[in-house]
Amino acid sequence: MATSTSAGPVGGSVWGRLPVVSHLRMSVGLQRGMLVAGVVLTAVFLFVAIFAPLLAPYGFAQTSDAAGPFPTQAPPSPQHPWGTTVGGFDVLSRTLWGARTAAAVIVVAVVLSIFAGVVLGLLSGYLGGWLDRVLVVVADAIYAFPSLLLAIVMSIVISHGQSSLWGGIFAAAISITVVFIPQYFRVIRAETIRLKAEPFVESAMVIGASSWRIMGRHIFRNATRTLPLIFTLNASEAVLTLAGLGFLGFGIEPTAAAEWGYDLNRALSDATSGIWWTGIYPGSAIVLTVMGLTLLGESMNDLADPRLRGRRRAKTPRHGTTAAGAAGKDAAA
Amino acid sequence: MSSLIELPDAADDPTATAARGRSKAGGSLGRYLLVRFLLIFPTIFILVTLVFFLMRITGDPITAAMGGRLTPDQLAQRISEAGYDRPLPVQYVEYLGQVFTGNFGRTLTDNRAVTEVLLTYGAATLELALNALVIALLVGIPFGLLAARFRDKWPDAVLRVAAILFYATPVFFAGLLLKLVFGVGLGWLPIAGRAGIDSELALTGLGAPTGIYWLDAIRSGNWDALGDVGRHAVLPAVALGLLTAGVFLRLVRTNVIGTLGREYVEAGRSRGVSEYRLLAHHSFKPALIPIITVMGLQIALLLGGAVLTESTFEWKGLGFMLAQYLTARDFVAVQGIVMLLAVIVAVTNFTVDVVAALIDPRVRY
Repeated sequence: MATSTSAGPVGGSVWGRLPVVSHLRMSVGLQRGMLVAGVVLTAVFLFVAIFAPLLAPYGFAQTSDAAGPFPTQAPPSPQHPWGTTVGGFDVLSRTLWGARTAAAVIVVAVVLSIFAGVVLGLLSGYLGGWLDRVLVVVADAIYAFPSLLLAIVMSIVISHGQSSLWGGIFAAAISITVVFIPQYFRVIRAETIRLKAEPFVESAMVIGASSWRIMGRHIFRNATRTLPLIFTLNASEAVLTLAGLGFLGFGIEPTAAAEWGYDLNRALSDATSGIWWTGIYPGSAIVLTVMGLTLLGESMNDLADPRLRGRRRAKTPRHGTTAAGAAGKDAAA
Repeated sequence: MSSLIELPDAADDPTATAARGRSKAGGSLGRYLLVRFLLIFPTIFILVTLVFFLMRITGDPITAAMGGRLTPDQLAQRISEAGYDRPLPVQYVEYLGQVFTGNFGRTLTDNRAVTEVLLTYGAATLELALNALVIALLVGIPFGLLAARFRDKWPDAVLRVAAILFYATPVFFAGLLLKLVFGVGLGWLPIAGRAGIDSELALTGLGAPTGIYWLDAIRSGNWDALGDVGRHAVLPAVALGLLTAGVFLRLVRTNVIGTLGREYVEAGRSRGVSEYRLLAHHSFKPALIPIITVMGLQIALLLGGAVLTESTFEWKGLGFMLAQYLTARDFVAVQGIVMLLAVIVAVTNFTVDVVAALIDPRVRY
């Protein structure tokens, strides 16, 4: 495992050992810049998701106010800063509300897949035998399959395609979960197999601890250190998969929740007639959210791997150099 | 697998993915290839089974496709004619037998043989995937080498952010932007379809067409059509290609950085080997195994992306048809298309393993 050699706790306090905080402390130069950018973008995304009702000027399905119905396909104006869609929705409001839908799907999908993936990975790695072989073959088969197609099949199964707010969020989340389980499964299984040979596990066996106790207490605690990393990577993939589902018409109904992929689908025909505002904003929202999560995940990945981590030059005075001050090549040699 | 970043357990050992199916007692190339070949079948079998049962949990395909349009009596009659009222295991065994003999049934909405649909539209998807692959390789490899060479300097920083940007942009949003700028704004390129009406008619009217338009155009010597097809191909290929290029760039960069740090590269440098040669030969070639392996796994990303690209650009391939059939709830057709894509993925992974084994004897065991 690349990450098994990660540096120990940097600070003594609990705060200093939290994933992102400890990463921030050991980073320098370009890597710190990317990590900070990731943290900021992700924080903005979460902020918008939580406070969407306060930030958005209108509701996500609102097509009229006291002054009468909204115009359709209207260009940006003081009443509608980002214009309106062909259905008369306010683009700004839908883009802001969309963050909430995306965040809900991420949370449900990742929690479900961590739970299932970790349990299966522990069982498979620790017990071994035919169960292990079957699970590995099945996980590999699913892993190799185009994730979007699998998500489509799952969303047909769960909701027949169209659904209400929470029904739609759960349908999308479960569809994404099925794609992710093999990833958690593989990582946890590999760690479990490695840990199984460790002396402390053998000691526990000798004392007579039950398999459940060993798996739940001794192995699980030690096998989960890579989870924050996969969590962020999967979160970004979840946003893309949700948008892909929505784009193909397998997401959440527009009146039940705002969803960026669906809005982009609608915007596609607008583009032909030169209407840019319906597509640019929800699209940029996807890009920024995914970029934030990916920057966060990638920085954590690099920092956890000593070979990829940039180091401060020891005792060398800095002559106001730029990002090159990370001196990665020298340190890695 | 379509994540930008390899998972930790695969990132460490270059041969981990390729050696998944290694046999304990093996040793010869032939034996290794045989084991890898046989592993295709459980993969396809699992996916066939999975898709079959998932699709059937929701009910029979006829109710799904025709539910609103037929009376309950007609519906029941159609269902029993098609045999969907029998127990699931019976249907499953029958379906397996049909798939085995290459019969995927007939579509419910437009009553065509699924095999015919696959052949007709498969060529278009193949063409799109090949075009996108060319773009991805042309962008991904040189820029990946550049990023590795200038590691942690500004070119690396710019390229890494660009790679993440490409990955983070959904292919339909990239398509939308390209359409707005080059199609509507500048008016340089067509924004939808595979060819204009004239060349489409000329090319499909040929005897024994391959369905790959540029190939047909060259074979018939129709240079106007070739130009037209080329112009139509640019935007979809760029949209899909850049998505994959981001992954390739990262992949080349990471692996070449690994080999650039080896002692023999340093030894070469001290002998006076040029920096270019050190990069393009001494470092790139040994890094090829993990690069090819992971590139092969990206076929899933490419196919998933193709579904979205085709819908964005009205490129009438398998992905476009899949979206159509999905909307029409024609699950027989959906199942057939999904199945074919599963087979393509499995066969590609096998091919990748073969290529990796031929290049590097250490992979075989």
